[in-house]
Amino acid sequence: MKRSNFIDNLPRVYGIYTGGFIGFIIVMAIAEQMGMTAKAIGIAFVAFTVFIYALIGWLSRTAQADAYYVAGRQVPTVFNGMATAADWMSGASFVAMAGGIYFKGYGYMALLVGWTGGYVLVASLLAPYLRKFGCYTVPDFIGTRYGGNLARFSAVVVLTVASFTYVTAQINATGTIASVALDIPFQYAVYIGLVSILLCSMLGGMRGVTWTQVAQYIVLIIAYLLPVFWISNKMGAGFFPHFMLADEVARIGELESQFGFVKNSAADLATVPKGLAGITKAHSAVNATPWAFISLALAMMMGTASLPHVMMRYFTTPSVKAARKSVGWSLFFIFLLYSSAPMLATLSKLSLIDPTLSTGIIGKSIADVQAIDWYQNWNAANLMFVSDFNGNGTLELNEFFMGGKAVVLATPEIAGLPYVISGLVAAGGMAAAMSTADGLILAIANAISHDVYYKIIDPKAETAKRLVVARVLLVVIGFAGATIAAMEIQGILGSVIWAFDFAMSGLFFPLVLGVWWKRANRQGAIAGMLGGLAAGTWYLVWVRTGGSGFLGITQLTFGIFGSAVSLIAMVIVSLMTKEPDKATQKMIDAVRVPSGRSILGKQH
Amino acid sequence: MSNQTKHWEKTRSLLIITLAIWFVFSIGIFLFGAEMNEVTGPFGYPWTYWFTCQGSLGIFVILIFWFANSQEKIDEEFGFSEREDE
Repeated sequence: MKRSNFIDNLPRVYGIYTGGFIGFIIVMAIAEQMGMTAKAIGIAFVAFTVFIYALIGWLSRTAQADAYYVAGRQVPTVFNGMATAADWMSGASFVAMAGGIYFKGYGYMALLVGWTGGYVLVASLLAPYLRKFGCYTVPDFIGTRYGGNLARFSAVVVLTVASFTYVTAQINATGTIASVALDIPFQYAVYIGLVSILLCSMLGGMRGVTWTQVAQYIVLIIAYLLPVFWISNKMGAGFFPHFMLADEVARIGELESQFGFVKNSAADLATVPKGLAGITKAHSAVNATPWAFISLALAMMMGTASLPHVMMRYFTTPSVKAARKSVGWSLFFIFLLYSSAPMLATLSKLSLIDPTLSTGIIGKSIADVQAIDWYQNWNAANLMFVSDFNGNGTLELNEFFMGGKAVVLATPEIAGLPYVISGLVAAGGMAAAMSTADGLILAIANAISHDVYYKIIDPKAETAKRLVVARVLLVVIGFAGATIAAMEIQGILGSVIWAFDFAMSGLFFPLVLGVWWKRANRQGAIAGMLGGLAAGTWYLVWVRTGGSGFLGITQLTFGIFGSAVSLIAMVIVSLMTKEPDKATQKMIDAVRVPSGRSILGKQH
Repeated sequence: MSNQTKHWEKTRSLLIITLAIWFVFSIGIFLFGAEMNEVTGPFGYPWTYWFTCQGSLGIFVILIFWFANSQEKIDEEFGFSEREDE
């Protein structure tokens, strides 16, 4: 497809779309006043948005390899930034992040720093060079730079392990939201979520995913920011929460020292439903050691620069220059949500614990709290729980428990916002989880179809046949992910963090050194990928089965160990074996300058 | 020294500066998290809290745009910039 009217018209198309979506919110708000039930509003929000995404997916259908794999390399900078932001911000960012900050405070906010700082590495170390390379997938770069099927295949293995860990969490999140909004059992909701995900990506590949991700970003950012601003204003906390919540943050500190963090006995805690937590950590005080904070942030930053579903978004820009700028826009759009998460956590916590606010429940009688409508709803959904441990009839700070997800999903209701906002938030969470799941499933399916099937098994395959294989794989991987998600093995956030660790263990140094160290060769890269992945996996298993770990590296930061092993293995093995041949050296020189032809052809 | 070598040297210096700034705001300052949090910073938030919520994040955004512009200038200086119609 040539640079078309469609690209020039993008601002108008998405402007109309945004207007239409706001119109839909207003219609729903009016319908609520006229007596539409909460359940119907929830269904309408999820069904309407998913229908729009599916429509975009259908309109973007394609039969060309470069459109399917890299959206024809014509996605403008700003729009690619939005698509990357949606690709990046998963169900974990949208639904779980504010909750994590709410419960764990400073120690958890390492994730905010890590999940943004990683983009500096992406912009400076990798994205422009991989764009110049002209690859379709990340293993495509590894396979061409280092040469040989084994290197290519090792990269596919690392990519699959990391992305698959990640995608089960996203399908799980999609299923959770669909089951709450549509009121159906989780086991079925997972598959409804999966079908919605596949509708966006199957026909159009990367092109379909790109344009649905932009649409999903618009939904999710409206859904996240609107409640934050609304609650802040309603509470009188400030018109612009990000700059005006200092008093509220200080007030929470005051209340915390007034109530005190009373430790519950093990017997009492055993009566609390699984997965719920109380407030046990200070809101704004530094409650983690420097190394605990820094190691988690570092692991997330290096993981960001190794995750293939993010990297491949920068293959879709028209030029190297655009790829660099696009990373900046991605982070800007991510910043809008991430900087709001701590504000949401602050507002949510204050509305619940401040006895002087009408919404506050701490200090009220237990019977009164149990009679509140929203408490009954969220208690029935197993996301909220109160218990009178000390038998004084009043609710104390240590007697109130909530699920992490409830902070985002329930706060609008707690703060007394109309139900239409809760419906909007559900649609936003769905958009966040779907967009990430799409990016991940596509990353895996493309790697297997392009790198394993086309490059290794059947290099003579025709485009039509390649794209059929790619689509079949997409469906197979989606169903495999959904099946595992339905088993509910690991929580959403845990598996997301593991994915980062797996990716950095196996891919960070082979990718970075591929551009920045000419001496790196095939043997070294293979040793780095497989050695790093094996070491990281071993460490995770060891710590999970009761191992003590070392250097304060936990099961959430095992990638630090994995990538260190990867670096050492790669450097030693590279130096012990022959340096790369002349042709490879010339190829690296060409990658290092933006001008000139890309290394791999437009169609390959 | 060839044009390309000089270009790469400048590119590498830019990378080192960029990563140094990145290091300060993602790792360096958090070595002193507890001390820094005692002091009131922008908008009345404690400094450490502000950096984790907004400060570091915002600095990363600006840093990437600054990096992209500087790299572009280096590319143009040595004639390695892409033509618009490519």
